[in-house]
Amino acid sequence: MDSIRWLLKQVLNFEKLPELLQIFLPMLASCVIILAFVNVLGMFLVWLERKVSAHMQDRLGPMYVGGWHGWAQSIADGIKLLLKEDIVPAAADPLLFKMAPVVVFLGAFAAFVVLPFGEYSIAADLNIGILYVLAVSSLSVVGILMGGWASNNKYALYGGMRSAAQIVSYEIPSAMALMTVVMLVGSLSMQEIVTAQKGGIHHWFIVRNPFTFIAFFIYFTCSLAEVNRTPFDIPEAESELVAGYHTEYCGMRFAFFMLAEYASMFVVACVATTLFLGGWSQVLPGKPWIPGPVLFTLKALVLVFVQMWLRWSLPRLRVDQLMHMCWKVMLPISLVLVLGVGLMQVI
Amino acid sequence: MEVDIAGDLMTLNMGPQHPSTHGVLRLELKTDGEVVHEAIPHIGYLHRCFEKHAENVDYPGVIPFTDRMDYVASMNNNLGYALTVEKLMGIQVNNRVRCIRIIMAELNRIASHLLAAGTYGIDMGSYTPFLHCFRDREKILDLFEETCGARLLYNYNWVGGLMYDIPTGFEDKVVDFLDYFEPQVDNLNRLLSYNYIFIKRTANVGIVPPDVAVSYGMTGPNLRGSGVKWDVRKDEPYLGYEEFDFDVPVGLGDHGPVGSCFDRYIVRIKEVKESCKIVRQAVKKLTPGDVHESLPKRVKPPAGEVYMRTECPRGELGYYIVSDGSLKPYRVKVKSPCFTAMSAFTEISRGAMISDIVAIVGSIDIVLGEIDR
Repeated sequence: MDSIRWLLKQVLNFEKLPELLQIFLPMLASCVIILAFVNVLGMFLVWLERKVSAHMQDRLGPMYVGGWHGWAQSIADGIKLLLKEDIVPAAADPLLFKMAPVVVFLGAFAAFVVLPFGEYSIAADLNIGILYVLAVSSLSVVGILMGGWASNNKYALYGGMRSAAQIVSYEIPSAMALMTVVMLVGSLSMQEIVTAQKGGIHHWFIVRNPFTFIAFFIYFTCSLAEVNRTPFDIPEAESELVAGYHTEYCGMRFAFFMLAEYASMFVVACVATTLFLGGWSQVLPGKPWIPGPVLFTLKALVLVFVQMWLRWSLPRLRVDQLMHMCWKVMLPISLVLVLGVGLMQVI
Repeated sequence: MEVDIAGDLMTLNMGPQHPSTHGVLRLELKTDGEVVHEAIPHIGYLHRCFEKHAENVDYPGVIPFTDRMDYVASMNNNLGYALTVEKLMGIQVNNRVRCIRIIMAELNRIASHLLAAGTYGIDMGSYTPFLHCFRDREKILDLFEETCGARLLYNYNWVGGLMYDIPTGFEDKVVDFLDYFEPQVDNLNRLLSYNYIFIKRTANVGIVPPDVAVSYGMTGPNLRGSGVKWDVRKDEPYLGYEEFDFDVPVGLGDHGPVGSCFDRYIVRIKEVKESCKIVRQAVKKLTPGDVHESLPKRVKPPAGEVYMRTECPRGELGYYIVSDGSLKPYRVKVKSPCFTAMSAFTEISRGAMISDIVAIVGSIDIVLGEIDR
């Protein structure tokens, strides 16, 4: 936000503005930038997913819209979804039904505020950065439950219930896995965690410490469950629950759910990048030669690609197996990791 | 004071429009949370009066209707009907017709099992194997298209012969396909069959003990998945299957009890490999001849009745034909393998979870066109 304030000072007569505007204008500007970024990113990731899946399945995927490899397919789809009739089922709870996509999207969108894209490109470097990410991203559970309940559809209800159980359970091991890094750094601030890993690949937490090495994989697996991706896509389980909690949604409301899904995929990839892969810090020690934001986005996109790769190669777990894995496998391992890091700190 | 904490059961209506009921099957699930207390199948959404139609057309006219029963294994349906009428009329076909029929039937079996395995992948949440299977199935359909012009409903096996002879160079194309295809089966196994999650999802689910399978009259891969070694091609050979060297794979219970969904699935994958073996042998046995040699001018069987069964991809397909000596059959009754398999569904699925219901429906590999007819 500081950089935005600096930018505003260059173009506007900033100091002369009323005090209230001086506070709110930079906030508004950051929000608009993030919103635009999330939308473009969502569309790009949808296109990327279609391309990745197509090439894994001996197909080409979108090829026509826009010319080069169907790059404009998502834009066309977005326009189509905007123009579709907005249907609210007669038996649905209209208020909750309409609010649910917004709440889900809000959860994904708000997390972008603390993502450290670069040394100066961060909307707000809160001193409780990670805690904030964990908190706002669980907001989407509320939205999913609302959507599942308000649709007045049994499949949607199943989807919502499964989703709530799954996300709430998996948040515990994933938070534990993140704790290992927080304990090593001694701060919850995203920027401070990145700064602690500066100086090349051997300073990144994924290679620096055996416990954080395992914690990275624990976090990545749990994050798949948190964003409902295969092998943990049980809430939307297409072959069982038709479309899970968004069965009854169409048009722009459905698009919001999709956008939120892709945005939160990117968010968890960003969190993993920040905590374990050095964030915006350079791969090689020495003089920086790739701009931080570009490097950060690239690292996150690699993780997003892995998420897509897993989605298109793995079958889905069953509900009880999913819970078994969370409470009896992931949670004990992550507790041991926290204990191990703690002991290391003491010794 | 006694407190009744057992809640009500929720009825979940799965189908007829549902992604994984493999057609228009409707399942009425009595659920308690994720656990299904009872699953009642409702069939009949695809009823097309096959048997009544058959009474109103002449004998060759029934063949296109048989195509539409098990629409992913039409060659085998044609074959069963043609063989039954031939048995009634006492027609013997020459070696070329026999070999071509076997090649077609086995290629069709491969295509059908590919569809079964691929859609089972989707049921388990894995989409990629499905498209890989369809890519290979497409190559078989190309071969069929070259031979009889149709890709799905062939009308190829006529009473007393075949519609057309195979085109020149067909044998080489079949062998080329098999050379390409056999390694693909191993790829599929690596991607799906021996995937840890896939085994976890299927190996302890939907167990059909051998005695239950026999008492419900399950046939084909479903029966063999329960460990019963019964294959009409081996035990009651027709078309000269006794001259071919192939194994009958049965469920071994590698990853759990015998008769699980995994066993039924893996039997199909193994059968695909056996079918490849049979096709290779049949291509070698192919001799020159006229495929129209024993084609009767008019199909007018003597009065009487006949029953004949063949091994279709989904199990034993039986035709019971009553002839009154006229040009039209008096009665054509079909014994459908999918119908008998479906009858055991309630028994298999008791106490399963909703996800398991999908796994069980996929593993018994039903085609609603054949159940409803």
